[in-house]
Amino acid sequence: MTMQTAGAAFNPQQVLRAQVRWRLIETIFWAATLLPFVLTPNYLVLCSQIAIAALFALSLDLLVGYSGIVSLGHAVYYGVAAYSAGLIAKAGWGEPLTGLIMASLIAAAVGFLASLIMVRITHFALIMVTLGLCLLMYEVANQLHDITGGDDGLQGIRMWPIFDMFRFDLYGRTAYVYTLIALFISFLAVRRVVNSPFGLSLRGMRENARRMPAIGAPMRARLHVVYVISAFFAGVAGALSAQTTQFVALDALSFQRSAEVLVMLVLGGAGRLYGGLIGAIIFIVARDQLADMNPQYWYFWLGLLLVVVIIFLPNGILGGLARLVSRKGRLS
Amino acid sequence: MLATFVSLLFDGLGYGMLLFVLSVGLSVTLGMMNFVNLAHGAFAMVGGYVAITLMHHAGWPFLATLPIAFLAAAAASVVVERVLYRRLYRASDLDQSLLTIGIVFMSIAIAAYVFGTNQQPVQLPDWLRGREVIGDFSFGVYRLFLIGAALIITVLMVLGLDYTRFGAQVRACVDNQRMARGLGLNVDNIFTLTFALGSGLAGLGGALAIEPMGLDPNFAFKYLVYMLIVVAVGGLASIRGAFVTAALLGVIDIFSKYYIPQVGSFVLYLVMVGLLVWRPAGIFARR
Repeated sequence: MTMQTAGAAFNPQQVLRAQVRWRLIETIFWAATLLPFVLTPNYLVLCSQIAIAALFALSLDLLVGYSGIVSLGHAVYYGVAAYSAGLIAKAGWGEPLTGLIMASLIAAAVGFLASLIMVRITHFALIMVTLGLCLLMYEVANQLHDITGGDDGLQGIRMWPIFDMFRFDLYGRTAYVYTLIALFISFLAVRRVVNSPFGLSLRGMRENARRMPAIGAPMRARLHVVYVISAFFAGVAGALSAQTTQFVALDALSFQRSAEVLVMLVLGGAGRLYGGLIGAIIFIVARDQLADMNPQYWYFWLGLLLVVVIIFLPNGILGGLARLVSRKGRLS
Repeated sequence: MLATFVSLLFDGLGYGMLLFVLSVGLSVTLGMMNFVNLAHGAFAMVGGYVAITLMHHAGWPFLATLPIAFLAAAAASVVVERVLYRRLYRASDLDQSLLTIGIVFMSIAIAAYVFGTNQQPVQLPDWLRGREVIGDFSFGVYRLFLIGAALIITVLMVLGLDYTRFGAQVRACVDNQRMARGLGLNVDNIFTLTFALGSGLAGLGGALAIEPMGLDPNFAFKYLVYMLIVVAVGGLASIRGAFVTAALLGVIDIFSKYYIPQVGSFVLYLVMVGLLVWRPAGIFARR
């Protein structure tokens, strides 16, 4: 954010508008998401996994990065939407788009209910409650074996072709286009949200939680809204994963899932729109490469990565890059 | 019916006491530095594996491995505290959680690499096995041993905190860290020592837990939740709170697994969330 020089009237609209403006590097980034069709057509399934993880991390960024609320249980919304999308399809409505929206709305509703609890607590208790809710939902899904398939996962999901034309193919071409479009639209929406006055008030809350109510921003009301929005987009990610893989594993609600998405976000840089996206790309590609050795040892590298990032790159990779760039700018 | 009830209650208490030994250190260090240490379970695991190794490869008797488990976990924790934790005391909850989760991930992978992913078998000495029968009731001898050990630890800790100079310093740091610093206490050193003691207790708990809970690389995560529940519900830096909560937790867990097994750990998590929403600082909060 730029400081206003003395004399010039501070115009918040102008500041926000400057942030909304598209930069060249953003256009390049999004153009590059199309490259896998040409360069790595055999890895499109992996690419849609990345897009889903990126969307999930983006949704978490609204809470962790922009509002400063820690959550160790974000998988709740992802998992709820994944199971909802799967169950809607199994119930006989295999239309992807409406299914996606219905499942995400269910996740948003769960987000609202959870926010009724979350806005009352802070710090350690909040971490514990988010973790507790995640464990609770996992246990529920595990016990409702007849509905969710329990340990075996939700099987037998049949999706109809999108617009009755594009079938979900074995190579994941349709799946990648579908997830990429969903990611892009969601990204535009989140970008709009964080650069709105509402988004500014979220950041204000993160910076000084006592001052915001004093200058007339109703904290709890804002928190309810951001929980709902975040849960909705986490739900989009979860529903996409259920629809494209036509399977939901119990793992979708696990603590590991919640921890992984936090890792991606922090790795890339929380509080920056592209942090989650970059983090997801690095995380999933690294896992794909390293986990081939042995999933047990992958956890070692993941842990080491976390420690290194937290100690040496407190603002993630993007934060580190931004610091490099600004230092260079000052030198020249 | 009554006999089952009593022996379940007793098993639950023994289990709860074990949870107390595992978590009480976390309670004190968290209350003192406000450092979210999710790697506490990893230190417990260190103790467990040290004890197992000594028993299987060096032929040590079970009891003799316990102090070594304590020392090993304490030593490991001092290294980690000095090298990593110290840098993050002023960082956010999120950074602290993530750093310690990273350590847990690494410890799990290292344990799997060195000891394999199987549960470690343990052979307790004869005098700790079997059940003691008194009239209609029967009690597991090892549970008796656990309850006894936990009571001794509790008494030592309470006395140590209330009547020694070091205990007074610890209390001062927990109550008001800035003031303690201003009065010339070396808070960092006091914390390191407290942290080592707490992690040592976790290591001791880890060694004691091999038989009832089983030891495999996932130990660090599996029981972390229980430890966090004890701390969060009992209230930070409250030994009394941790003691009562751990006992309740053990009993609730054993009873719900026996009488309503189809619900699994659901009740436990529900109770935890409920209590935290009701009293976010814990039911025995000092502050």
